[in-house]
Amino acid sequence: MDEVVEILPDLLEQTGIMLQIVGLGMLFGGAGGLVVGTALYVTRRGGILAQPVVWWLLNTLVNVFRPIPFIIFIAALQPLARVVVGKGIGTDAAIFAIALAATFGIARIVEQNLVALDPGVIEAARAMGAGPWRIIRTVVLPEALGPLILGFTFAVIAVVDMSAVAGLVGGEGLGNWAITYGYRQYNPVVTWSALAVIVVIVQLIQVLGNTLARKVLRR
Amino acid sequence: MPHISLVDVTKTFPARRRGERPVTAVDGVTLDVERGQVYGIIGYSGAGKSTLVRLVNGLEPVTSGSVLVDGVDITTLRPRELRRVRQGIGMVFQRFNLLRSRTVARNVAYPLEVARVPRAQRQAKVAELLEFVGLTEHADAYPEQLSGGQQQRVGIARALAADPSILLADEATSALDPETTEEVLSLLGRVNSELGVTIVVITHEMEVVTRIAHRVAVMEAGRVVEEGPTYDVFTAPRTETAKRFVRTVVRALPEGEELAALRARHEGRLLTISFTDEAASQARVFGALARAGVDFHLVHGGVDDIQGRVYGLLTIAVDGDDAAIRDALAQVGPGVTVTEATAEPAGPAGPAEGGERDG
Repeated sequence: MDEVVEILPDLLEQTGIMLQIVGLGMLFGGAGGLVVGTALYVTRRGGILAQPVVWWLLNTLVNVFRPIPFIIFIAALQPLARVVVGKGIGTDAAIFAIALAATFGIARIVEQNLVALDPGVIEAARAMGAGPWRIIRTVVLPEALGPLILGFTFAVIAVVDMSAVAGLVGGEGLGNWAITYGYRQYNPVVTWSALAVIVVIVQLIQVLGNTLARKVLRR
Repeated sequence: MPHISLVDVTKTFPARRRGERPVTAVDGVTLDVERGQVYGIIGYSGAGKSTLVRLVNGLEPVTSGSVLVDGVDITTLRPRELRRVRQGIGMVFQRFNLLRSRTVARNVAYPLEVARVPRAQRQAKVAELLEFVGLTEHADAYPEQLSGGQQQRVGIARALAADPSILLADEATSALDPETTEEVLSLLGRVNSELGVTIVVITHEMEVVTRIAHRVAVMEAGRVVEEGPTYDVFTAPRTETAKRFVRTVVRALPEGEELAALRARHEGRLLTISFTDEAASQARVFGALARAGVDFHLVHGGVDDIQGRVYGLLTIAVDGDDAAIRDALAQVGPGVTVTEATAEPAGPAGPAEGGERDG
């Protein structure tokens, strides 16, 4: 117990850093994924802004980057991080890599949920004279909101997982702390307390996501 | 000027994959819908009627031909202009297609938002429309909380929100049970008679057409094979497709096993009398037979109401002298046709079959 009290300040600090990585990674990755996923949906053949060439480019991009294991992706992205966030190492570089990886992953989640939409409601909106942008804003996204919330909840948890790898490029956070001070220094208390915090955070995110989705779906 | 005019319209969908052939859903259709008319388009599924109705508001672009709405050829319009035209054409769908993320009131408000009507006016219009379709108390309900008939009434209110002059109803009653079908049909009737909206009804349910359509087109394989006032098409169908449809509503001629059963039960000849509402023709037939001393009784058939007019097909078993029967029926006059009930499937007093179904 004393050991836990001793590591508590570090635990809290590292939890804060992890939440920052996850939060910013989700903010940028979530927005990017929503845009790319919606673009995939509307530009596909028969879509409301059908653009076969744009669709093909986006689809190929997502297919190329999404399957790369994140631990390789974050390392490979260092030169680009240097250009974008100024440094190839550190927490910012990790956030950058996470946001990009999340964009590709979330794009597919968004696309899948939008494809499942009833084409009838889109047709009804078109019949009422709504243009493509209005349809995206007032029909496509609101109608898919429930599944999208569940999809994003799934994505947040995947991003928590990614954040553990931040240490590879010198980023901080609970994952890095558990590996550096727990695993490498044979201190299971550090490892297990980090794990416990992550489990609690993941549970909270899931409960929040489920509650929101239930509210939106009214079931 | 007709309200809607299709001129030699064809719609071909490209082959979906190599080796498949392109599908011609609508094949050289020409028809006019007059202002204030309820126009029925009937046909089996796959006949092209749903595609046809989507050409009217440009949801599907035509492959060739022109579609004139209020004299404007919509096939030449740019997307923005076409969307403007669509605001003046309401559409009702088989599966209602309501937005699940919106309440009833906000669904009805949708076309008003598209038309950029200010909020206060929107609310007033929505209230008025919900009143018209009898759903005022459900304004804040979500679509899934309503019955099918109620959802379709929301669909109709929504279609009417932007004060369209045309309403397209694509199988609007096909997902409903008979009672709610009746409810929705009478609402469509009011939309036509009280609001003066021109309605195009696509359906495979013949009751819908005989109830509300003034004029009807019969489609088969993308073509209009028969067209005319509903009463005429239903009392004297010319094509095989039209005859098959008519049989589903009008109590038909006895055929096959039914006819064999009637034959076994009744001696003498079986005659089918088809009569329209001209000068109490029914009474004249029975009167003439009675006066000739011919014994007869009714064995099959019925009387229908088509667009508020009478049409009947009655099969009688007659027992008596052939000459007397012939003389009696010769006196009957117009509005009545008599055919011998035979094993051959024949339309009521129709011309010989063949040559009408171009493959």
